[in-house]
Amino acid sequence: MSLIDVREVIKHYGGIRALDGCTMAFEEGAINGLIGPNGSGKTTLFNVLTGYERPDGGAVHLQGEDITAFTPDKVFARGVGRTFQLTRVFQRLTVVENLHVAAQRTGGFRAELSRWSSGSERARAKEVLDFVGLTRLAAEVAGNLSYGQQKLLEFAAIMIAEPRVILLDEPAGGVNPTLLSHLASRIQALNAEGTTFVVVEHDMEFVMGLCHRVCVMHQGRALCAGNPEEVRADPMVLEAYLGTDMRPMEHADVEVR
Amino acid sequence: MAVIQATPELLSPTEIDRAFRDPYALSARTRGISWTVLLAVLVMFPLVFTNPAVTSVAVFTMFFLLATVAWNMFSGYSGYISIGHAVYYGFGQYAVALLILHLSITSGVSELALLPIAGVVAAAVAVPVGLLVLRVRRHTFIVLTIAVMFIFQLLAFNFPSITGGSAGMNVAPPTWSGNDFNLPFYYIALGTAIIALALSWGIRRSKFGLGLLAIRDDEDRAKGLGIRVTRTKLIALVISAFFVGIAGGLYAIFVGQVFPQFAFTPFYDLYLAVFSFVGGLGTLSGPVLGALVLGPLQQYFELQFGATTLYLIIYGVLFIVILLLLPRGVVPSIADRYHSLLAAHWRRAEERRSRSGPATPSAVTTGEARTESVPAVPTVREGA
Repeated sequence: MSLIDVREVIKHYGGIRALDGCTMAFEEGAINGLIGPNGSGKTTLFNVLTGYERPDGGAVHLQGEDITAFTPDKVFARGVGRTFQLTRVFQRLTVVENLHVAAQRTGGFRAELSRWSSGSERARAKEVLDFVGLTRLAAEVAGNLSYGQQKLLEFAAIMIAEPRVILLDEPAGGVNPTLLSHLASRIQALNAEGTTFVVVEHDMEFVMGLCHRVCVMHQGRALCAGNPEEVRADPMVLEAYLGTDMRPMEHADVEVR
Repeated sequence: MAVIQATPELLSPTEIDRAFRDPYALSARTRGISWTVLLAVLVMFPLVFTNPAVTSVAVFTMFFLLATVAWNMFSGYSGYISIGHAVYYGFGQYAVALLILHLSITSGVSELALLPIAGVVAAAVAVPVGLLVLRVRRHTFIVLTIAVMFIFQLLAFNFPSITGGSAGMNVAPPTWSGNDFNLPFYYIALGTAIIALALSWGIRRSKFGLGLLAIRDDEDRAKGLGIRVTRTKLIALVISAFFVGIAGGLYAIFVGQVFPQFAFTPFYDLYLAVFSFVGGLGTLSGPVLGALVLGPLQQYFELQFGATTLYLIIYGVLFIVILLLLPRGVVPSIADRYHSLLAAHWRRAEERRSRSGPATPSAVTTGEARTESVPAVPTVREGA
């Protein structure tokens, strides 16, 4: 069953058709991959899904509910969290404060007045930091962390809110192999507990190894979808994205690990 | 700049535990003692230095203290640098002046009872003004707040039937004795400033305040993490305007005159901004430090060189020097240094332990241990 349904979504920027009647579905409980060449509309689709951009046409449904016109905070309240292509953490807040920003913002204004560091939330923040391995950096200002650590922090800040679906925009970009495998194992562990993922990524090894299902985008539309083996072998994908003459898979194997 | 060796991975368990509870660099006990000492000094000051010339400077300093703490509650925490808080200052002044005039109030005590009304009027004005100016960010926001402030100044000039226009308004002076004339103003301003400070402290520890700080760092991401940004910013602005309105009301009664160009004045916000920037924008103690040190200085300059406004150049130079040397202000810079020293201390302790005892496996799991940490660079310095 699909958790997120994207139907005929159109988004123009001036003369550029970032999304041109894009229709695709992301399965509940799966790690969904989303690949495609630069400019194929992956990040725009993320922006539309999370309310950062209002599409010019079409609709987005989350478990049957139309969330097309929702603002980002409403989308988040429905259980959709995302990370950004260029990592965004709150630079001048500490690691712990970064986590608390996202945690439990559901209690209305009375809850807003309570301390952010109350007992139960403190324990939860500790747990999440342990999970991603950043506990000993808890007191550090987020802007002082390395890029990879910031990626982990951004991820942790999303997962503390326990969303049903997490959208990751290029989680592997600029992350070293050790940290990347750590991140992959964290994604798999969360997925085993029932969290749905949608992962935009250019690192083919990472996507094909991690995802249960892969959608391919090209020029603002869905090109095809299927399990990693099918997508890998699809001639349309090879032509549109991977290139027919490059035999990219072998290349990627050498390059990444 | 010296590279500060800080290995955050080696923070002590106590330090880590505190990080989960407490946003401040110093321990609760140190902070408690410092605030108590400061409070005692401020309470005793006009009793020790009874010269009216001195206490009058102290009164203006308290007015600044109150307004700076209030300004920081909005601009410091949210990063929206307002140069239009004189709107609320001016409305506080005119509210008090008009009420005293039309209600024919003569007793000094009931004049002071009007102060909360001045605050409420200013807060009420902040709602529509906020809904307008909070639609834009950063530099545009600064320009827009100035524009709105001048609109109100022009209105005050051009409705002489209500405001007296450029002739201004006289406020009937309070009736208490001239010898201790300054004291009630001093203590009311101090008391209100303490209330504002307590509120500022509460905001810093609340989810609401954390939301404001998140908006300061990255508003779009804050929105994506469920923070209702417009509501959060507006509430902070209204609270801030309330206290600035009270400061305006106090000023009007103390000085006894209200003029459009001194009520809705651009200099007022420059003072509040400079005081906050110097002390440390968005910190609890920074605005207090800034107002208490630079407030009297401002008074001194105005008394000495008030005939011309050339003394403002000194303020400009000071502002530039602070931005160059301590871009985040005095308090955060000291806190940073303290953190680095603490981290270095724990690193040395850890080294000693590992030399003397058997090697313990490191708890670092991310594989990206950094050996040095660069002092935090502010990403954007709004309003610089």
